[in-house]
Amino acid sequence: MLSFLNYFVSGLSLGSIYAIIALGYTMVYGIAKMLNFAHGDFIMIGCYMIFTIVSTMGLPPVAGIIVAVIVCTILGVTTEKVAYKPLRGASSPLAVLITAIGVSYLLENAALLIFGADTKSFTSVISWSGITLAGGQLKIQGVTIVTIAVSLLILVFLQLFVHKTREGQAMLAVSQDRGAATLMGINVNKTISITFAIGSALAAIAGALLCSAYPSLTPYTGAMPGIKAFVAAVLGGIGSIPGAMIGGLVLGIIEILSRTYISSQLSDAIVFSILIIVLLVKPTGILGKNIQEKV
Amino acid sequence: MKNYRKVLGLTLAATMAVGMLAGCGSTATGDTATSQTADSAASSADAATSTAAEGGTFKIGVIGPLTGAAAAYGSAVANAAQIAVDEINAAGGMNGYQVELKSEDDELDSTKSVNAYNTLKDWGMQFLLGSVTSGCSIAVSEETKNDNMFQLTPSGSAVDCVKYDNAFRVCFSDPAQGTASAQYIGTHKLADKVGVIYDSSDVYSSGVYQSFETEAANQGFEIVSAEAFTSDNKTDFSVQLQKAKDAGAELVFLPIYYTEASLILAQANTMDYKPTFFGCDGMDGILSVENFDTSLAEGLMLLTPFSADATDDLTVNFVKAYEDKYNGEVPNQFAADSYDGVYAIKAAIEKAGITPDMSISDICEGMKTAMTQISVDGLTSSAITWDASGEPTKEPKAVVIKDGAYALAE
Repeated sequence: MLSFLNYFVSGLSLGSIYAIIALGYTMVYGIAKMLNFAHGDFIMIGCYMIFTIVSTMGLPPVAGIIVAVIVCTILGVTTEKVAYKPLRGASSPLAVLITAIGVSYLLENAALLIFGADTKSFTSVISWSGITLAGGQLKIQGVTIVTIAVSLLILVFLQLFVHKTREGQAMLAVSQDRGAATLMGINVNKTISITFAIGSALAAIAGALLCSAYPSLTPYTGAMPGIKAFVAAVLGGIGSIPGAMIGGLVLGIIEILSRTYISSQLSDAIVFSILIIVLLVKPTGILGKNIQEKV
Repeated sequence: MKNYRKVLGLTLAATMAVGMLAGCGSTATGDTATSQTADSAASSADAATSTAAEGGTFKIGVIGPLTGAAAAYGSAVANAAQIAVDEINAAGGMNGYQVELKSEDDELDSTKSVNAYNTLKDWGMQFLLGSVTSGCSIAVSEETKNDNMFQLTPSGSAVDCVKYDNAFRVCFSDPAQGTASAQYIGTHKLADKVGVIYDSSDVYSSGVYQSFETEAANQGFEIVSAEAFTSDNKTDFSVQLQKAKDAGAELVFLPIYYTEASLILAQANTMDYKPTFFGCDGMDGILSVENFDTSLAEGLMLLTPFSADATDDLTVNFVKAYEDKYNGEVPNQFAADSYDGVYAIKAAIEKAGITPDMSISDICEGMKTAMTQISVDGLTSSAITWDASGEPTKEPKAVVIKDGAYALAE
């Protein structure tokens, strides 16, 4: 029982990371209706910023996170303006999707060029080691608790922002009907820019927590967690903010438990099978709403 | 929510397409390499005859990744070979003849490695010291086989690197590392219960693990947990570590590269799990990971053929010469393999009485026999001998990390 609890806590820890990444994914998808495949690489850029500020320049972690948030926000908004906006009117949604994959490779290779291929060891931004239960048998790491707390905070913040502010209302309107929103006097370009700014800032925070939990940094650090978080977002219902949180946690727990009780080699196969099953059985995910198309 | 399913469907299709393209990419490279092989095989015969009559000096070619991701390995081999050749020339050469050395870059790419081989052949190479990495070595060995050119790879550890009788190696093969590790753990009674974490998607890692598992049965310790990971899933090792911990493993064998090992050490530390960690040559380099907290690696053992801290005269002189010549850089095991490789070539030349005016094929025939008769006291072991299969016999050294530096284990 105790070992099951230990594995469960590992699952929560991995799931909380997926959840925080999936929040950024789902936010951008929900409003801009595009899958930003470069999200994982924004995370990686954020990690390198923190690494440079904290480990190379020796400044406190808070400074690193602030710089990373600013850099990622600028990067996200610029990417949107340069690479995605010109394609927004394209006849096929595939155009912008392929561009996103291109941006992802561009960022990875740029990082390879600037920071090199060598693995860098990341210093955790969280110094708290966590709590120990059951006489030292069960340990919950500080970074796991902080990640879950931060995910919940972000969840509440996003819900309040979207439902209570003018900009949030504009986002909802844009997500429902871009044409009608324009007619109602909403600046669609500005709204989508704000969405990307928030999504990218979340990527920087997710990066700080990802690399604190798994302290190894390469130009490909963000790629796989990014894809897993995408699966988590689909599982929870892509576009749904609470769905991303639930999807991330569920996916992390499934991954760790399948690795424990089925096979350590097959866990990825199981995770992606879940994606396929969800798409077949309930394409809208756990919390996704099925909206009828009106003519 | 228009086009909802369509977008997701397209996304998946796109992801799969990218995956397939990636797959095709590597196959295509393979194809080019093979066709290249076929092309140059035809022209090789002329080159072999034209260089035969030059005479005067021996020409040794080095192929390795001098730039790119594995540049540290390639440049170490080229640098150390230069040191060995300079020493030999100063002491009167090989069999009385001076030696010339030329290094070509393959950027860790098997096609470029074959190109580099052809460049060196045009230069008049009679002995090949290379390639440095397994994949490139295997590609080049197809060429050396056709030309009957003597090939000695300093560090290509895959079994297939020496599958032809003209190819030999200085380093241990992958299976030999697993066997030697198991023997070391058994002989020194390091543990009764051993856990293993290995990369099932990597030939090196799974090759070492398999021979380790086979030999473990003869060594009186038990493998209580053997957990794998794959190259796509190498960030979270909590399950693998927890299983080893639950099974009571006192030693965890890590036949993997130092990049993943640094994460495993960090995660074991947060779990308060402190077994002895034991690695192979892929672990060499863990102390140089940028910003790595070296206290995590305290007590880590690794089986490596070479330690720059060894106090024997040969090592001390070599390390000093290397540091003096290359701006204080400390030589690694690749450098040591390369240095021993040059001396092995020297010993075999003198044993067989080879002279530079012989044809490449005659040289190779002489070397093949002589290699099995020589014994070299080198940096990577004393009394290294070879058998006709191209495998060396030598004594591995275990190194332990103490106070953030490598030290010889007793």
